[in-house]
Amino acid sequence: MFNMTKNVVANLFAKSSTRLYPFAVRGHFEGFRGTLHINIDECIFCRTCMIKCPSQCIAVDNKAGTWTCEAMSCVYCGVCVDVCPTGCLSMTNDHRQVATEKQTMSYQGVPKKKKKEAAE
Amino acid sequence: MARTILPFGPQHPVLPEPLHLKLTIENEIVVEALPTLGYVHRGLEKLCEVRDFNQMVQIVERVCGICSCLHALCYCEGIEEIMGIEVPRRAKYLRTIWGELHRVHSHLLWLGLFADAFGFESLFMQFWRVRERIMDIMEATCGNRVVVSVNVVGGVRRDLSPEQCQWIEQQLIISEKEIRQLQTTILNDYTVKKRCCGKGVLTKEQAYQLGAVGPMLRGSGWAQDARQTGYAAFGELGFEPIVEYDGDSYARCAVRFRETLQSFDIVRLAIARMPAGETAATVDSGSDDDTPTTITGNRGNIIQSYNRDKHHHITAAPPPNLDIPAGALAAKVKGKPDGEAVTRVEQPRGELMYYLKGDGSKHMDRVRIRTPTFANIPPLLAMLPGCELADVPVIVLSIDPCISCTER
Repeated sequence: MFNMTKNVVANLFAKSSTRLYPFAVRGHFEGFRGTLHINIDECIFCRTCMIKCPSQCIAVDNKAGTWTCEAMSCVYCGVCVDVCPTGCLSMTNDHRQVATEKQTMSYQGVPKKKKKEAAE
Repeated sequence: MARTILPFGPQHPVLPEPLHLKLTIENEIVVEALPTLGYVHRGLEKLCEVRDFNQMVQIVERVCGICSCLHALCYCEGIEEIMGIEVPRRAKYLRTIWGELHRVHSHLLWLGLFADAFGFESLFMQFWRVRERIMDIMEATCGNRVVVSVNVVGGVRRDLSPEQCQWIEQQLIISEKEIRQLQTTILNDYTVKKRCCGKGVLTKEQAYQLGAVGPMLRGSGWAQDARQTGYAAFGELGFEPIVEYDGDSYARCAVRFRETLQSFDIVRLAIARMPAGETAATVDSGSDDDTPTTITGNRGNIIQSYNRDKHHHITAAPPPNLDIPAGALAAKVKGKPDGEAVTRVEQPRGELMYYLKGDGSKHMDRVRIRTPTFANIPPLLAMLPGCELADVPVIVLSIDPCISCTER
């Protein structure tokens, strides 16, 4: 009957297990897959991230030089970051903020010119 | 006697999952139970037609939120079998560690929900508080709390540093201490026993004939566990299943409680024996004082081998496959799967089976998933007739239903 007494007493004198959110916010560990970021200047529009993405939330147009990500469809698996040949994709350990409408991350970069065009 | 048909679920205060049971009751005694499924079907198996075999790893992880790592592990092992890929030894150990951590957090979640099912809400809170520590380990080592996304075809994506291994061991020691404090309450308390002992009895013969799996089967006296087949690193670690003989809700609860503690030992053993040098060596000399030394029941074998390792300082044996460099985490995947394979792993709820068929293209021809809850529903229907209506939640929860898994 008094099996839990020890726990009850310990709980009385222990500090609170919960946090007083929003005054105390839980931090995230190093390496937590929080939000996806792109350094568009380094992107070569190779479309590898678009092909490998399991949720197919990334759209890359190599002619127009656009990189788009449906942030709400992203499952934060981090596959795109792993496969990116230039390392321009990265993930930070902070959550995407709560939103009232669907968000799309759109970036406009300079598409890499083909060798022939570059020579001209 | 007049009969009443009572709908139980799909939305019910104690049921965490959308299972509908049509209960025919006669004076508060259940005489018949008919299940209805299909509330959360998502068609994940069909997605293999539009996602390639690498992308399917992330899809199958989302079959179940609680045991995502084990679904991906089962799938990857199947593809590796078809394609003849040799997984690096270190990756096998890492898969074992994360798989067992998943089992711990799933069992702790269940123990909490089970306590909640008979109205013991403070115990529910205690178990879930311990679980939070395991979730922190997941987040720190894998990058996410639940859907960890560490398995890939050919190996794993993340590694554990020696510091992380030591930290995990420290966290496990604290968690185990906290769980042991709750042992008397969940296993010996008069009220808890009153609600569990003799409720939902599944005899040894019934468990076999109806095809029960996992803690249901082991709670009825069968020493059968898919981990005995030696998937991931279990072939090298050795494994002995935990068995209880009463076949009632209490026995199943005891199996899960003891399995939680056993999983702690497996994680420690896997960390201690993990190949590729430094990690294993550093951890070996680490927290010697806090290792469990008492040997009780079926946990004996695991603990004995763990202690033997510690005393004789056996570190990793040289990897058998010399093609893969030491410390590599994933083998290179070349080609496309052509052939079929059946793989089994032990999920927290029981044996999970994948049937995979590839036709030489990048898309799988067939991905068939049989989850443990699917196998455990016929035994549930055999257990319910004859019980009191008030015991239905406890009995239903004692199979640890995961309906979202079952319907995929």
